Amino acid sequence: MAEPQITVNGQPRPLAGVPAHTNALDFVRGLGLTGAKEGCAEGECGACAVLVARPDGDGSRWAPVNACLVPALALDGQEVVTAEGLGGPDDLHPVQTGLAEAGGSQCGYCTPGFVCSMAAEYYRPDRTPGPDGFDVHAIGGNLCRCTGYRPIRDAACALGSPSPADPLAGRQDRPAPPPAPTRVDGFARPADLAEALALLAEHPDATVLAGSTDWGVEANLRGRRAAYVVAVDRLPELRDLTTGADGVEIGAALTLSEVEAALGDDVPLLAQVWPQFASRLIRNGATIGGNVATASPIGDLAPALLALDARLVLASAAGDREVALAGFFTGYRETVLRPAELVRAVRVPTPLAAHTTFRKIAKRRFDDISSVAVAVALDVVDGTVARARIGLGGVAATPVRALATEAALEGRPWDLDTVEAASAVLAGEGTPIDDQRASAAYRSAMLGNALKAWWDQAWQGGGSA
Amino acid sequence: MSDLSRRPDDAAVGRALAHESAAQHVTGHALYTDDLVHRTPHVLHAHPVCSPHPHARVTRLDTSRALAVEGVVRVLTADDVPGTNDAGVKHDEPLFPEIVMFVGHAVCWVLGETLEAARLGAEAVEVDYEPLPAIVSLTEAIEAESFQGGQPVVARGDVEQGLAGAAHVFSGVTEMAGQEHFYLETHASLALVDEAGQVFVQSSTQHPTETQEIVAHVLGLDSHHVTVQCLRMGGGFGGKEMQPHGFAAVAALGAVLTGRPVRLRLSRTHDMTMTGKRHGFHAQWRAGFDDDGRLTALEATLTSDGGWSLDLSEPVLARALCHVDNAYWIPHVLLHGRVAHTHKTSQTAFRGFGGPQGMLVVEDVLGRCAPLLGIDPVELRRRNFYVEGQATPYGQVVRHPERVAAAWDQVMTTGEVERRRREIAAFNAAHEHTKRALAVTPVKFGISFNFTAFNQAGALVHVYKDGSVLINHGGTEMGQGLHTKMLQVAATSLGVPLGKVRLAPTRTDKVPNTSATAASSSADLNGGAVKNACEQILSRLRQVDAGRGLPWEDLVREAYFSRVQLWAAGFYRTEGIHWDSTVMRGHPFKYFAYGVAAAEVEVDGFTGAYRTRRVDIVHDVGDSLSPLVDLGQVEGGFVQGVGWLTLEDLRWDESSGPGRGRLTTQAASTYKLPSIGELPDELNVALLEHAHEDGVVYGSKAVGEPPVMLAFAVREALREAAAAFGPDGTSVDLASPATPEAVFWAAERARSAGSDHVVEGLPGAVPDRPDPTAPALHPRSEQADRGTAGG
Repeated sequence: MAEPQITVNGQPRPLAGVPAHTNALDFVRGLGLTGAKEGCAEGECGACAVLVARPDGDGSRWAPVNACLVPALALDGQEVVTAEGLGGPDDLHPVQTGLAEAGGSQCGYCTPGFVCSMAAEYYRPDRTPGPDGFDVHAIGGNLCRCTGYRPIRDAACALGSPSPADPLAGRQDRPAPPPAPTRVDGFARPADLAEALALLAEHPDATVLAGSTDWGVEANLRGRRAAYVVAVDRLPELRDLTTGADGVEIGAALTLSEVEAALGDDVPLLAQVWPQFASRLIRNGATIGGNVATASPIGDLAPALLALDARLVLASAAGDREVALAGFFTGYRETVLRPAELVRAVRVPTPLAAHTTFRKIAKRRFDDISSVAVAVALDVVDGTVARARIGLGGVAATPVRALATEAALEGRPWDLDTVEAASAVLAGEGTPIDDQRASAAYRSAMLGNALKAWWDQAWQGGGSA
Repeated sequence: MSDLSRRPDDAAVGRALAHESAAQHVTGHALYTDDLVHRTPHVLHAHPVCSPHPHARVTRLDTSRALAVEGVVRVLTADDVPGTNDAGVKHDEPLFPEIVMFVGHAVCWVLGETLEAARLGAEAVEVDYEPLPAIVSLTEAIEAESFQGGQPVVARGDVEQGLAGAAHVFSGVTEMAGQEHFYLETHASLALVDEAGQVFVQSSTQHPTETQEIVAHVLGLDSHHVTVQCLRMGGGFGGKEMQPHGFAAVAALGAVLTGRPVRLRLSRTHDMTMTGKRHGFHAQWRAGFDDDGRLTALEATLTSDGGWSLDLSEPVLARALCHVDNAYWIPHVLLHGRVAHTHKTSQTAFRGFGGPQGMLVVEDVLGRCAPLLGIDPVELRRRNFYVEGQATPYGQVVRHPERVAAAWDQVMTTGEVERRRREIAAFNAAHEHTKRALAVTPVKFGISFNFTAFNQAGALVHVYKDGSVLINHGGTEMGQGLHTKMLQVAATSLGVPLGKVRLAPTRTDKVPNTSATAASSSADLNGGAVKNACEQILSRLRQVDAGRGLPWEDLVREAYFSRVQLWAAGFYRTEGIHWDSTVMRGHPFKYFAYGVAAAEVEVDGFTGAYRTRRVDIVHDVGDSLSPLVDLGQVEGGFVQGVGWLTLEDLRWDESSGPGRGRLTTQAASTYKLPSIGELPDELNVALLEHAHEDGVVYGSKAVGEPPVMLAFAVREALREAAAAFGPDGTSVDLASPATPEAVFWAAERARSAGSDHVVEGLPGAVPDRPDPTAPALHPRSEQADRGTAGG
C-alpha cells in the first residue's frame, strides 16, 4: 500500500503522522496554504471550500467541498486545488479577476472559499456563459458578512468560459484518481464491501464515515473522536445507480450531487428537494446513505423518501436484507441498523405517485435547516385520492409518516373540502417542540397549511401538480 | 470651501478602485492574525475553561489533572497575573473571575503544544461552582430593577403639554433583539516576547491602542513595553472594538510566562458564547400627533440589555437616545435611558452603535400609528422631516436637512414608487394568500464619536529618497476599505501616482494613542491626519522647488541632499464639536449622513416566508473618496441591517432548567445570517449627487454605519404586507427580528383584525420614569481613569 498522500495544487503532500481527526482544512493550512479559512467549522459558511477532482462519467469534475468537515486521511490519493492553486496575486485566475474587479471582496476572509465555489461552476462543462448560465446556488453555501453579495452575484454572472489551454478545464477530461485503499492508525479505507464489513466486524466501535458532513461537525464542535474510522464513501458496491422495472436503486455512497445529476427530473419530488437541501458544498460531500443512516429528525431527504415509500438495502456479512424506510427509524438518532451492518442502497419503487410536493419551512431560503419539512405524494384517480403518502421532518424525534392524514385523504374526493379536513388532521400530527428554529405552535400551523398552500398554488382552478 | 475639503483636479480620490488588497484576497494570499501561526515556530495554543453557569461563585479550581495531559504546558489562572486582573476600561471585567457572570465565561486558560492538547487539558481542569441567582431576560432585569451605569435623559420642551395638546396620542412597547457580529474571522491573537522583554501582540482588533493598554495593565507594564499590530481583520463591525483586549492579554500573559509565542483563536462556538453582541432594547413609548399627522411629542424609556459588564453600553445608550428622532422634528421630547445588568455576554459596539436601536423606536411608532391615523406611511414620514433651522432634541441644529428630502424625492422618482404602489394594491386585491408592500424610510445618522476626545487621529508619512511613499495611520482595516481610501488621500495630497504610495500595517509603535476604528469616522479622522502629514512634507518640498516645477523624484532627491526632512507625523482633530454627557446636550456630531431606501416585499400568507423583490437606495456619502468602496459599504451595510431586522435570531435559554442562560443559537447552523438567497432580486444604489461636505477631507462623508439603517424599509414593508392580510387600517405589531414565523403571526393577527398592542388616548401606558436621582452618564463615559471604578 502506498504511503498516504494528497496532491495539493499539483504537489504531492504526505499524510504521514496525520491523526484521523485532523480535517483537510487544518492539513492544508499546516502546509502554509492559509487561504482556506475556518469560519464556522460545521460546513455552513464555505470559507474553507477547496476543489476536489471527483469522478464524472469517463472524466472528472472539480467539486468544491467544505474542507473543515473532511478528515485529511479521507482524501488519500486525491487531488485538491485551493484558491492559491487557481492563481497568484500577479497571475489571477479569471474567477479571481472578476471577483476582485467587481468589488466582490471587502474583508477578504470568505473570498478564497467563494473563489473555489465559483471556479467549480466556471468549469461545469454544461454551463453556458452569461447571466443565466451561472447557477447562484453554486455559491449558496458561502457566507459573506461584508458585501451583501450583489457584486459577487454580478461577478459570477459575468464569467466567461475557460480557454482551451486552461489546465484545470483540461484535467476534467481525464478520470479522477481512484480511491486509495488506506490503512493507518485509527483510519481505514477498505477496497471493497467485503473488506469493509470484515473491518466493521473486527472493530465494533468503529465510526462508519461517508461524506463526513455530520461526523465532521461532531468532531469539530463537540470534540468527538472516533476510536476507528472506516471510510465507505468510495466503495464500488455502494456507488451504482440503476433503474429497473420496479424502481430505482441508488447506491448509498453516491453524493447527493451525484444522485441529483443522475436522476435529473426522473423523480420529480427529489428534484424539488435538491435546491432546498443545504448547499452545493454539502451536497458534494453528503451521501444519500449517510443522510438516511444518521437519522436526523430534521433531514430534508427522509421526509421525501418516506413519501416515495423508499426501502433500504442493508448489507452485512450475513448478506443483504431490505427494510422499509418507514420502519428504519426507531428513535432519536436510532435505527434498526445492526452492528457491522451498512446501508448499501436506497430503493425508490415505481411507478411513482403522479403528484408530489416538497415544502420546506426555514428561516433562510438557501442553506438552512428545516423547521418543518412536508413531502406529499398523491395518486388521484377519477377525482378521488387513491393513495397518499406524507413524510414529515422536524415534528418528532424521527422523520415520520403522517398516517392519520394519509387516511383522511385516501378514498376521498380530491377537492377543497378534503384538503381542509385533511389539513386539520395534519396540523395535529407529530409532537413538535419549541426550539431556536421555531415554536411548536408555528410548526403545527405549518403542517396545517402545507396542503392548503399546495392546493392554492397548484390545484385551484383545475390545475394539477 | 475649506482647505480640508477642496479637491484638486485629476485627484486620486474619487476614483472607483477595487480594495487595495483585492488581489491578495482572491488568491488566499492576504494574511490574517491566525494565518501567522503557520509562519511562527514553537507556538503554544490556548483553550479556555468555560463556565456552564450563568452566575456562580468558583469554589475550587484544580488544574493538576490538566497538567498531566500530554502536551499541556501550563494553565493560566488569576494567580499568574502580575498586573491588574481586568480586561476592560471600566474595571468591571475580571480576566480570571472568582464569580462567573455568564455561560461561557472563561475561568482559566490552558496552553498546549497543540490545540488538541489544550482542549483536552481544558476538559481535565476541575472547577466547582456555587450557583447564584441569574437574570437572563431584559424583562426580568426591568422587573428586578437590575441596572448598571448611568441613566441619561434627553429632554426638550414639555412632553406632557405636547401630549395634552395632541389630537391623537398612542402608547405601546417596542422590543428588538440584538445581533451577533458574525465576522467571518473569529477573535485571534498571537503574542511574542523579544530578547528585551518587549511584548508584541498581533491582534485582530479595531482598537490597537486600547488593546495595548489592557495588555500592559494586565502584565503590569507601561504602554511602551507593549506593541500591538493589526494586519487586517476578517470583519469587525464593532465586535472587535472592546472585545479583543482580554484575549490579547491572555496570549501575552502566556507568552511572558512561557517565553514562547502563544496563539489564541476562538472557535466560532466560543466566539459566539463568549463575546458581546449588538444590544437588544426594550422601549416603552407615548407619542402625540396633530390632525395632520405631525408629531407633537414623544416620550420613551429605552432599556438596553447590557449583559454582565458595562463595556460600551453607556455610549451605545447615549447614541441610541440621540437617534430616536431619526429624520423627524419632534417639538416635545422626553427620553430616558438605562442599561440592564443581565447574566449574559457583555453587549458591545455593533455597526450603528445604538443608533439603529434608537431609530427603530420612532420608525416602529410611525409604522404602527400610520394606519390608526389613517395616513399613508410614506406621507406620514415625509411630513415629519426636519427642515432648515430645526434642532435635534439634544440641541444640535440639523445641517442640510434638505438632503433627506432630495434623496427621498429621488427614490420616489427613480424607484417609480407611486406607480408600483398602485400595481401592488391591484396585486393584493387579486391575491388572497400572497401580499406585497412597498415602504420608504429615511436615515439621518450623526457622525463623530459622542465621546469628544476620540475625535483625533495620527498618521506617519515617509517619503523615501527614491520618491516612493510609505504611509501609516491609526485606523485598522476590517474590509471597509479604509486603507484604500488612505492611499487615495495620500496620492492626492502629494500629487503623486497611486503606485508610488504603499501602506504599512497598523502598529501602535508607529502611530500612538489612536482611537478605535469605529463610529464610521476613520476616513474622516485618519484622512485628515494623513493629509496633514503630506502637507507638511509638501510645504517643505515647495520651498526646495521654489517655483521650478521639478519632477517628483528630482525634487525629493534634491530635498534630501538639501537636508530637508522627508517624513512627517500628521495629526487631525475634529473642530466644532462639543458634548456634555451629564446633561446630554451639545453639538456632538460634525455632520449628519443621510439616506433613503424603498423596499418591496412579497409575503406568503401560508408560511410567513417572504422575498425582497426590489430595493432602491439613495445614500449621501458627500463627495465620495472611493466610489466602489462606498457602494460596497452601502450595499453591505444594508444587507447586514436586513439580517438584524429579519433573520438573525439570538435565542437565550430563559427557562428555569439546567440550560438557563445558555445561548441556544451559538453556531452558524442555528444562527442564520443573510446568504445570497436574501439578496433582493433587484438592488439599485445611487450615491446622492451635489453632496460636497465642507470641512471634511476632500468633501467626503462617513459611510460605515449609516447604511445599516436603510434596512428599516424592508421591515416596514413586511409590516405593511402582513397588515394587508387584514382589513384596511390594521396596525401591525411586528416582532424584531421579523423572521418568517414572526411575519406569519403578524399576518394571523391582521387576519383576525385587531389593532395590535397600541393603546390610544391619554394617559395611555406611561413609560417608566427612572428615579430622578439616578446617576447621569460619567462625563467621560467611554473611559474611566485607570485604577478607579468607572461609571
